[in-house]
Amino acid sequence: MDKRLKIRKTYKLFIDGKFPRTESGRYYKWTDAKKTIDMSICRGSRKDFRNAVVAARKAFKDWSNRNAYNRSQILYRIGEMLEGCCDQFIGELVLQGLTKSAAEKEITQTIDRLLYYAGWADKYQQVFSRVNPVSLPYFNFTVPEATGVVAVCAPEESSLLGFVSVFAPVIAGGNTCVVLASQSRPLCSVSCAEILQNSDVPAGVVNILTGFRSELLEHFSSHMDINAIIYCGENLQEIKMVEENASLNVKRAIVYNDEDWSKNNSQGPYYILKTQEMKTTWHPVGM
Amino acid sequence: MSKSKTLKFDTGGAYSPAPESTDHIQLKDRYGLFIDGNFTPSKAGKYFDTINPANEEKISEVPEANTKDVDSAVQAARQAYEKVWSKMKPSERGKYIFRIARLIQERAREFAVIESLDGGKPIRESRDVDIPLAAAHFFYYAGWADKLDFAFPGCRTKSLGVAGQIIPWNFPLLMAAWKIAPALAAGNTVVLKPAETTPLTALKLAEVIREADVPPGVVNIITGGGETGKMLVKHPDVNKVAFTGSTEVGKFIMKTLAGSGKRYTLELGGKAANIIFEDAAINQAVEGIVDAIFFNQGHVCCAGSRLYVQESVAKEVISKLKDRMNTLVIGDPLDKNTDIGAINSRMQLEKICEYVDIGKKEGGSVYQPSCTLPEKGFWYAPTLFADVSQSHRIVQEEIFGPVLAIQTFRTVDEVISKANNTPYGLSGGVWTDKGSKLFKVTKEIRAGVIWANTFNKFDPSSPFGGYKESGMGREGGIDGLHSYVELV
Repeated sequence: MDKRLKIRKTYKLFIDGKFPRTESGRYYKWTDAKKTIDMSICRGSRKDFRNAVVAARKAFKDWSNRNAYNRSQILYRIGEMLEGCCDQFIGELVLQGLTKSAAEKEITQTIDRLLYYAGWADKYQQVFSRVNPVSLPYFNFTVPEATGVVAVCAPEESSLLGFVSVFAPVIAGGNTCVVLASQSRPLCSVSCAEILQNSDVPAGVVNILTGFRSELLEHFSSHMDINAIIYCGENLQEIKMVEENASLNVKRAIVYNDEDWSKNNSQGPYYILKTQEMKTTWHPVGM
Repeated sequence: MSKSKTLKFDTGGAYSPAPESTDHIQLKDRYGLFIDGNFTPSKAGKYFDTINPANEEKISEVPEANTKDVDSAVQAARQAYEKVWSKMKPSERGKYIFRIARLIQERAREFAVIESLDGGKPIRESRDVDIPLAAAHFFYYAGWADKLDFAFPGCRTKSLGVAGQIIPWNFPLLMAAWKIAPALAAGNTVVLKPAETTPLTALKLAEVIREADVPPGVVNIITGGGETGKMLVKHPDVNKVAFTGSTEVGKFIMKTLAGSGKRYTLELGGKAANIIFEDAAINQAVEGIVDAIFFNQGHVCCAGSRLYVQESVAKEVISKLKDRMNTLVIGDPLDKNTDIGAINSRMQLEKICEYVDIGKKEGGSVYQPSCTLPEKGFWYAPTLFADVSQSHRIVQEEIFGPVLAIQTFRTVDEVISKANNTPYGLSGGVWTDKGSKLFKVTKEIRAGVIWANTFNKFDPSSPFGGYKESGMGREGGIDGLHSYVELV
């Protein structure tokens, strides 16, 4: 019997719920850990990023206004879909250099993390909201609201668990985002896009780019319609640039330096709080 | 418009002067820097005058702190942090802060008079708003000192170290309280720099702090201008920077701190929309418009400086607003009848004049009540601009003066999109008697504080701070505490 020729997957960007190639037509060569396959990965451009920001901004109003129960279910749905595709992700993680058992552990932790934040999506508001005891004849309350559009520079090492751990609290909190995947381990981040597209996550809520951090980070941090930037990494020069550029429009700059995403304390409602704004609303009490 | 809709104030003539007495206040001719529990002269021996903006007369002089002064203040704060304050039993820490609150209450009248003398704000406001709120702030945070474990579920807290704090001139003592109280409660020590034009109540606060026997170095207060502030921000031994002021300076601070690992909170500018729907209680709304923009001469970052009136009631609202403006008493800040006091400085007055010129050149039509302004000092009459649109500079940029830009709207969605069409997001106002509309609009305005059927209300338990370019972090309440702790 003839050996069947395997179909190879084209890894593309994920913008506004669609899978375009980079508008720039550029690619970079990616080789798996055992040097058996060469692949072309999209080398996303500044223009791709801008398009993604437009999509994220467009999606923000609907997503941030979804009721919390709905957002919670959608995050749970991402977990469900991922559970059904474990083998695919294990395969990709192994190509990226993990052992099979490490890959299995990573995918299960990732699914659990999604469920963890699915559970928080309709609860952090209660934990962080308050009715304030004002000493005036007024009633007021403080609630967290989504910061807006968040640019995420995902961890270079932890390309699935870290990737999901960083954007899940962002969208659980009603933000939309543009995520730059790990440059050296891009496969499962791109495949994650397929999961998101099948999980009732509205188009534009999560946009995923691949490409060079050295090229795109400047644009991620300086774009004037980005409200917050999350940077994962230890490069001090990059951190300085991100924080300097954040000053252009007072972006919230959040740095996860050397975080071990497999730890239990690498999750929690305070990760959601990082991309929340507290709003206090006053009203008189009386006739 | 029917006659019955015209507001009649019927004041029956001018008010007799009712000046607050100044004979009970104690001010020195010259102050020192408050470092390590003592008033010390600046190392360079340079002083600058602080004047009364209502008559341009010198009140006192204060040192201009240089690098060495900043350094000794930070060192004193560091020593006090390491040796005393971070080791002290939290309940004891709280007691010192309670003491500060009590001493401010005891001297409230003196503080109020000095605040009005040095900054130009009406005594009615410094007496009824600034000083009582400053005391309340210390009192509120004092109680948190030994309860930090209850503030952040699932986490314990750690203090940050030395906080460098820079405050503006619009609410001098109140801003000092907003900065110092949560910092101390959380176990940090501070170096505070009051604004160049309004240093006196901060220095009086230093006296209070000394009298409260707060250990030397826990609070240090240094005076100076922008350069002094810059030195404080850049000082390598400062762990946290807290700033209230313009967005421009806030951005500069962010840039300066980039890569330093220092924490920061910023309370920056604003251009709040104040929205009047046709179903609002119109007379109350008119009062609210006045409170929103003319409170403290409009020197308020959260001032309602963009007014949006629903078209169907615009004529009535604007006409009543003009009537009301004609009754505002402008003049001596120390007079208890005064509604609008002096503009804080010549520089600020020039900025306001410049913006009003820009507004006129861009085609806006101006209304000002006829009033006589005092000859000496810095004054500006309350001002309305009609015939302006979103793209006008006086609609987009913060003026920080008694200048209101009025636009009209037809639908809810239209006004929400106009309200949010600004890089700022500090505050907003909504006036309607319809609850469902109120919840929709307050939810959709992208700003940190929303006043519904009221405006410009503050309370120590209630977080204050901005979205977008209006800042980062909150002051007041538990969120204000979060700005001064690390969660572990």
